[in-house]
Amino acid sequence: MTHSRGLNPARTVLENGAVVLAKSTSTTPAVAISLAVQAGSASDPDGAPGATWLLSRVIDRGTATRPAAAIAEELDSRGISLTVTLTRHSFTLVCTCLSEDFEPVLGLLGDMLMAPSFPEEEVATRKGEVITAIRQDDDNPAVRALETLMAHLYPGGHPYGRRTKGSIEIVEALTRADLARQHATRFAPTELRVVMVGDVDSTRANETAARVFGPWRKPAPPPLSLPPVVPATRRERVVIPMMNKAQADIAYGFTTIARRDPAYYAFWLMNNVFGQYALGGRLGDSIRERQGMAYYVSSSLDANVAEGPLTIRAGVGPGNVDRAIASIDHEITALVRDGITQKELDDSRRYLIGSIPRALETNAAIANFLQTEEFFGLGLDYDVRLPDLLTAVTLDEANAAARRALDPERATVVVAGPYEGPAEIG
Amino acid sequence: MVRSTLLDNGLKVLVQEEHTAPLASVWCWYKVGSKDERPGLTGVSHWVEHMNFKGTANIPRDQVKGIIEQFGGSWNGYTWIDETTYFETATRDALDRMLFIEAERMASCLYHPDDCESERSVIISELQGGENDPDQLLDQELTATAFKAHPYRHPTIGWLSDLQTMTRDDLYGYYRRHYVPNNATLVIVGDVDTDAALRRVDHYFGGIAPGESPARIRTVEPEQTGERRLAIRREGTTAYLKIGYHAPSATEPHFASLLVLDAVLTGAKGVNLWSSFRVPPPQRSATLYRALVETGLASSVSGSLMPTAQPFLFTLSATVTDGTPLDAVGTAMLDTINRVRREGITDAELAKAKAQLRARLVFDNDSVTNIAHQLGYFETIDSVDLFSALPARIAEVTVEAAAAAAEAVLKPSNRTVGWFEPTPVGVGS
Repeated sequence: MTHSRGLNPARTVLENGAVVLAKSTSTTPAVAISLAVQAGSASDPDGAPGATWLLSRVIDRGTATRPAAAIAEELDSRGISLTVTLTRHSFTLVCTCLSEDFEPVLGLLGDMLMAPSFPEEEVATRKGEVITAIRQDDDNPAVRALETLMAHLYPGGHPYGRRTKGSIEIVEALTRADLARQHATRFAPTELRVVMVGDVDSTRANETAARVFGPWRKPAPPPLSLPPVVPATRRERVVIPMMNKAQADIAYGFTTIARRDPAYYAFWLMNNVFGQYALGGRLGDSIRERQGMAYYVSSSLDANVAEGPLTIRAGVGPGNVDRAIASIDHEITALVRDGITQKELDDSRRYLIGSIPRALETNAAIANFLQTEEFFGLGLDYDVRLPDLLTAVTLDEANAAARRALDPERATVVVAGPYEGPAEIG
Repeated sequence: MVRSTLLDNGLKVLVQEEHTAPLASVWCWYKVGSKDERPGLTGVSHWVEHMNFKGTANIPRDQVKGIIEQFGGSWNGYTWIDETTYFETATRDALDRMLFIEAERMASCLYHPDDCESERSVIISELQGGENDPDQLLDQELTATAFKAHPYRHPTIGWLSDLQTMTRDDLYGYYRRHYVPNNATLVIVGDVDTDAALRRVDHYFGGIAPGESPARIRTVEPEQTGERRLAIRREGTTAYLKIGYHAPSATEPHFASLLVLDAVLTGAKGVNLWSSFRVPPPQRSATLYRALVETGLASSVSGSLMPTAQPFLFTLSATVTDGTPLDAVGTAMLDTINRVRREGITDAELAKAKAQLRARLVFDNDSVTNIAHQLGYFETIDSVDLFSALPARIAEVTVEAAAAAAEAVLKPSNRTVGWFEPTPVGVGS
């Protein structure tokens, strides 16, 4: 019953700059732990995109005091699967453990984060895994379409346009020293956000975190500078023929806004109406429900530190590619010309506000929410203020967001799959 | 505690109060899945599931959208070999609405011919999307090879020719035969009052007439008499290996032992089909992981053993690391499995597997949606008692019981070995 008075997590900032957030819940006898460092793929060194991805595969494979086999035993004997996730800006260690294991597990995770040893043999093994994963991506139309879209929306080596895993050539050339250097450069307490949610007293959790991370001393890394995002000025269409596949994937998108843009909530609501609400919003109504063309179609908005993308994705049979793209064009044109209706706005708003308790039900979901809240500086009462932020959006603002973001004449359209249509039309 | 009730029309109702969040989850389960389909109608259970989101006598087609969203809720459904199920999770004040939707779905779906036709291409698109993934394609072909008689052999999505030729009457007839209260289980979990919830269930479902009990398949898969092998050679970039063993159903004694063996080989997954596979298993010290991934032969290994009504498969899979000879991976995998069969597992491995399974069973039940799923899933394949008894069954597994399960299940004549061997992309096409 946390929502009525808000999550209200206990927040402390350690002397070394690390931020610690704890939230006590009693849903299950378990604790979700999320350790995020502001050292995502956007901080890859120049000329070595993919270095941070490989780092994320190796960081948990040995520390100054623990060999990889000991870590494996410590995790497995407690039923814990550790996941290391990498986004453009965050490098995050995530796991859920039983409450009884909380303290030793936080200590173990802290050791990995602060003192990884990058054993040579582990680097070699994980490189083989990453190269195989890149080869799998090369054979996956959905991945090919999306990565190509990002490369075209964010050209010229912009970090948002790069493949997170890098290329086979770059991965093959990476060394243990490269990973150690990346860790030494970007990992520091000033970049760390520790979030713990679950069946543990929040004071005890914060004290444990202070004990684990308090002694860490490192200077803050230089701030990351992102090149400016330049919106497309003309339509571009790219075709990646993959004739060994049964279905084509379409990725269609634009650059939009940064997360801190005051128009964010208008964009969020507009996108929900357009490509999210129920089964894919207006796009789902048209392409899946009315025309039966696709099993999936939707749009997503990823407003980020810099201007993030709005991406429309659909999977269609090769004979329906042109019709599906024409339908997306048509829906955008109608949305920009006529706007969404007050009822659509109200429906989406009611849905988004009503879904907050569900979105904050599990420990892992709350931990993820608190990480986002802290990363973007949204405030500890963000979950309480969110309904008001959504309520304040007017129909004019939502429609202004559509006009600002969407225009078929400036769309970047990528098709990957058993399709050889023209690369550029009109 | 879960309360179990049987309505006069045969509908089984399970209610469990969970007051940790102001939410409720309603799942309605039907004992019908792809094992109940005859040749020519493969995929009908899943297609019927799709049709049951397209309006009812009292929920016009254009009002389906929004009916749960106005409560901030999510909804979905799925079909697998033994079951078809639908759910809504939303704020607790939506309970009445959720029950209304499920009662309508049970008795009053429309099956407009235009909607049936439009959905045909959506489902074929879903099938083609699955075929884009070589691993999924291999899984489908492996299953079809492992079973020669039992209908578990055909994929839940169906065979393409059946999807191309099925008619509206096929769909509607199937719906009417299987969507009767005496073939269903309704589950409610969340911030509700049990007595009040049961009164609302009676209000919405009490008047739905029972139907004839659907016929059950009688085919028992004959014992496999020798190893089977298949190889798919198609354009691609990566090789995959899968080995499927005929496995005991969830009620058979060896099932809990095999869960332990799977945990030893590839790490424990839990037994929640809806959520267990979303979080990778703890597997770094698992036997197959050490033999294949730590040696650089494979980039990943996994195991799959789900509770099923009848004997299905225990499947072990590996993704071959780029540049590794396939034989090396196949040999290492079979050697490892054979060693476990020959030597059994140690006390330490047993203790670790049990600890992992204990944790995963807790993680499996972290939301009202997941708890409700587990109650309904087990009731549909056998009985909710099977779910509540599972932790004790796992706790009772001994090294001797695990060895006996390994001896019985992991024998060469019980397995099917499948390869996806990629041929160079673009050559000869």
